[in-house]
Amino acid sequence: MAIVLPKVSVKDLQEWSKLGEVFTSGHRLCAGCGAGAMARQVTLAAKALGDPYMFVNATGCLEVASTVYPYTAWDAPWLHNAFENAAATASGAIEAMKSMQRKGLMSERNVNMIVFAGDGGTYDIGLQSLSGAVERGHDFLYVCYSNGAYMNTGIQRSGGTPQGAATTTSPPGTVIPGKIEWQKPLAEIMAAHDIPTFTASPAYPRDLMAKVQAGLKHDGPAFMLVDSPCNLGQRYAPDISMEIAKLAVKTCFFPLFYTYKEEWVLTGISARLAKNPDRKLPIEDFLKPQGRFRHLFKPEWKKKLIEIQDTVDDKWERLVTKATCV
Amino acid sequence: MTEGPKLPILYPMEGVAGKTGEWRTFYPVLNPDLCIKCNICWKYCPDHAIYRADREKDEPISFDYDYCKGCGICAQECPKGAITMVPEGE
Repeated sequence: MAIVLPKVSVKDLQEWSKLGEVFTSGHRLCAGCGAGAMARQVTLAAKALGDPYMFVNATGCLEVASTVYPYTAWDAPWLHNAFENAAATASGAIEAMKSMQRKGLMSERNVNMIVFAGDGGTYDIGLQSLSGAVERGHDFLYVCYSNGAYMNTGIQRSGGTPQGAATTTSPPGTVIPGKIEWQKPLAEIMAAHDIPTFTASPAYPRDLMAKVQAGLKHDGPAFMLVDSPCNLGQRYAPDISMEIAKLAVKTCFFPLFYTYKEEWVLTGISARLAKNPDRKLPIEDFLKPQGRFRHLFKPEWKKKLIEIQDTVDDKWERLVTKATCV
Repeated sequence: MTEGPKLPILYPMEGVAGKTGEWRTFYPVLNPDLCIKCNICWKYCPDHAIYRADREKDEPISFDYDYCKGCGICAQECPKGAITMVPEGE
């Protein structure tokens, strides 16, 4: 069965905004945190579907900031276990619920399960449990919000850190220009499991919410990679968080698409950029406002800047070749 | 909080980390004449510190200063420039 993205209109959003928040205010996320906007949008899309929902959270900024012991900002059933086993915990919760339904201890109805994990908890630590849960085929949506380092523990590099980014464990100097490697192709890895895979950005809420609903409606596991700007670790002023997220999409550094089996579809701004390639912005526009890439604009690392642009172009070209647009 | 047995039951609620408005250095001020009630700021606010605008009642957005951390995303993203950030104490 192919994936059909529901149309989320401005009017729908106006209606949903009356539903009330699931991720309430007063949490400890930094001022200007992209994960806060992401969590609000994802939970609201789930609430708008009407079915009960529950959440599993891997260790990360979102978990630490929203559940200061013994309080919780989540107006929903919510479970945290550890860094490495968010997907396994979700599998257990889903199967326990199914077992209780079989025994008549719980009414038979569809419950939407969403797992939140950061890039550290997905790219590095949680990948094996995620892959295992997907292989077993439990019905959940896994949302990885990638802010490109372990921002919660002191900005250490992760598998999701972009090439050339300064972190405390990849400091730029005369020898290395920040992180040496390109980030892990996580969306492609998850797509290779033959599950619906989405990428989304909190700067484009209607696109994000449509993808959340499509992922939850799908019977079986689905994966979503969200670009989550972080003003603390990516080093920019908090008010331009959403601008940074928009620039990541407009420079084709973080394309918006979804894929299921052989089908690759570009959505939103990325689809428009594929049709009008001259509107694509140079990667400098995305790198320049962020302090973590500041060293790349020194004369000695100019070569690195060209290299990053070439890699972005190459990845974008390959994606456009295999993808269709909506 | 709900009525019922006199047990200290904790429910999920606003203000997990207290009134996070204390964190603020700049606070947002709305020019209600410029607000077109598009709710774009409401969508982007990471703290849900913006009360949505109501087109039917012709009400513009308003701020929840108890929880607004003063990040300034709303002022940056407002298509009409209806929100300005003012330093606290002025």
